Amino acid sequence: MAGFRSTENYIASRDLEVAVNAAVTLQRPLLVKGEPGTGKTVLAHEVAKALGLPLIEWHIKSTTKAQQGLYEYDAVSRLRDGQLGDERVHDISNYIVRGKLWEAFAADRQHVLLIDEIDKADIEFPNDLLLELDRMQFFVYETKETVVARHRPVVIITSNNEKELPDAFLRRCFFHYIRFPDRETMERIVQAHFPDIKQELAREALNVFFQVRGVGELKKKPATSELLDWLKLLMIEDLPPEVLRSQDPKVAIPPLHGALLKNEQDVHLFERLAFLSRQRQR
Amino acid sequence: MLAHFILALRNAGIPASITEYLALLRGMKAGVADYNVDDFYHLSRAALVKDERHLDRFDRVFGEVFKGLEAPEGEGFDTLVRQLPEEWLRKMAEKLLTEEEKAAIQAAGGFDKLMEMLRQRLAEQKGRHQGGSKWIGTGGTSPFGAHGYNPEGVRIGQEESRHRRAVKVWDKREFRDLDDSVEIGTRNIKLALRRLRRFARQGAATELDLPDTIRSTANNAGSLDLKMVPERHNTVKVLLFLDIGGSMDDWVKLSEELFSAARAEFKHLEHFYFHNCPYERLWTNNRRRRESEVSTLEVLRKYGPDYKAVFVGDASMSPYEIVQPGGSVEHWNEEPGSAWMARLTGHFRRSAWLNPMPQAGWGRTHSIGLMRQVMEDRMFPLTLGGIEAMTRELSR
Ligand SMILES: Nc1ncnc2c1ncn2[C@@H]1O[C@H](COP(=O)(O)OP(=O)(O)O)[C@@H](O)[C@H]1O
Ligand SMILES: [Mg+2]
Repeated sequence: MAGFRSTENYIASRDLEVAVNAAVTLQRPLLVKGEPGTGKTVLAHEVAKALGLPLIEWHIKSTTKAQQGLYEYDAVSRLRDGQLGDERVHDISNYIVRGKLWEAFAADRQHVLLIDEIDKADIEFPNDLLLELDRMQFFVYETKETVVARHRPVVIITSNNEKELPDAFLRRCFFHYIRFPDRETMERIVQAHFPDIKQELAREALNVFFQVRGVGELKKKPATSELLDWLKLLMIEDLPPEVLRSQDPKVAIPPLHGALLKNEQDVHLFERLAFLSRQRQR
Repeated sequence: MLAHFILALRNAGIPASITEYLALLRGMKAGVADYNVDDFYHLSRAALVKDERHLDRFDRVFGEVFKGLEAPEGEGFDTLVRQLPEEWLRKMAEKLLTEEEKAAIQAAGGFDKLMEMLRQRLAEQKGRHQGGSKWIGTGGTSPFGAHGYNPEGVRIGQEESRHRRAVKVWDKREFRDLDDSVEIGTRNIKLALRRLRRFARQGAATELDLPDTIRSTANNAGSLDLKMVPERHNTVKVLLFLDIGGSMDDWVKLSEELFSAARAEFKHLEHFYFHNCPYERLWTNNRRRRESEVSTLEVLRKYGPDYKAVFVGDASMSPYEIVQPGGSVEHWNEEPGSAWMARLTGHFRRSAWLNPMPQAGWGRTHSIGLMRQVMEDRMFPLTLGGIEAMTRELSR
């Protein structure tokens, strides 16, 4: 088995490796949860790469229905064709639009299927896919055909924890919760993305980053993706690391903070903190 | 020992089922994890825990059950391997299997077949065990030896977890913060809020916009043009009844904050105060009680049965305050508190009581028992888990 391992580009902890490999080997979905920006979506890409399989991505929205993953019957086009007298109208299969699951099932080699942010959808969504994911097959009522997976896809499901997932669904998955990276892991993630970064800059920036995260009242704590964006800006601007050294966020607002603090209220919070501490210093 | 482990997990409130247990066995058999205790820990966690709030409990149980697992010769691990839980399986299966799982087992050749498979697996393990001290599979000298302590086996990025043997992974209790059975404080108030928001905002789908569809279809010279609009949100209406008895002050503040922070999400959210138990009068402003008084009957008239009533209080008082006319501490009440509670819970189709007292102590206070009876058991602790159970109850 090829197996999934931490790589130069993606830092995976051992428990994540085990969870992925268990799910792949036992052919069960892997459910990955964690704060936004902790690498859930990217994980699916990395797993696909590690196993040498192509990836199919299904991004879920609040209006996504389970059925759309299987197929949709485009009644409106058919009606229109009917009105226009198009010949195609007589064959219903012309109006069956394949969904991502069908695509993965029909493919002539195994795929990795990412169902991203499953918690965005209606609470019934996971239950509605239970049987299909379990048996890896489904029935198309309109054409009376059964679609059976030729190769069971590796299924990776992510959730930001907006909604509870049903028990029956959970029982079938392996589960991994990505904890927010500690300092050391974050250093390695930074290294993975910017192998040429000046060590001093990385160190100072991480100091500021973790201090910012430590401010209790933030509406939206910056996560890995914000850190990486911010570092990129710092590198482009070529700021000397010393600028960051004095940057206790309680004293001054960090340079180029726009990348770190996405919420206006949070920026205000920092401005207030900085103001207060200057007052105190006088 | 595995049997004991699963039972201990279930006793700790982690709903590990037989499906998951079998997944763990199969995972071990397939060798998806290395043959060392850390990996066994990772694998069993991925197989048995499905909710990050239970991770800390899992760690505690794991530490408890597998004490001595790190013993030098791997004794603990051997014991673990030897005790394939046949008895347990059979007994638990009857109790725990869902209908669908039973059906699945039937389809696989019935329960005896399953047992036989497991027995066979056991025999295989024993056979190999005599040959060496390893868990099913190949390679490695002992369950712990694979490369756990071998510096050459260290992969980039594993330094930390591999060298720090003194502290076992599960003993680090890294998931402590995620447990939701602790009382709500400033730390987890945000999470509680999220649960409430979720509750307020149920189901938003799309529906056909008929007028717009007709208009556009006409514009289209009769070719159908369907127009969809987002369905109007289910709007949850809530009446909050807060106890302002002295001992409750901190909690009242907390619950008020909680609900008012979620206010934007509720179409209607009103609050009223009472002292210990609601009677014929409530008030809307705690500081100016006299002026803000409203009659409870008025509240019942004004707000329809579709409002969900949430009472927040410690329900700790003299039992007379609930069951006796005149039992109130601050005024003469013609009717007992229980009569008013019955009226309120009878009128509003859904109601629940949130109690900030730690649930473990509920049994010791007589009045809490009484109030629970009045609420027909719909009393929940003021914890994340409690709030969630409450929202489930209210949205049934
Ligand atoms: N463990 C990691 N190793 C390398 N890069 C990471 C890791 N975790 C997160 N990232 C980076 O952080 C960013 C956000 O990751 P993403 O997968 O979009 O997060 P999520 O889906 O959890 O919100 C990406 O640029 C990703 O490359
Ligand atoms: Mg994502």
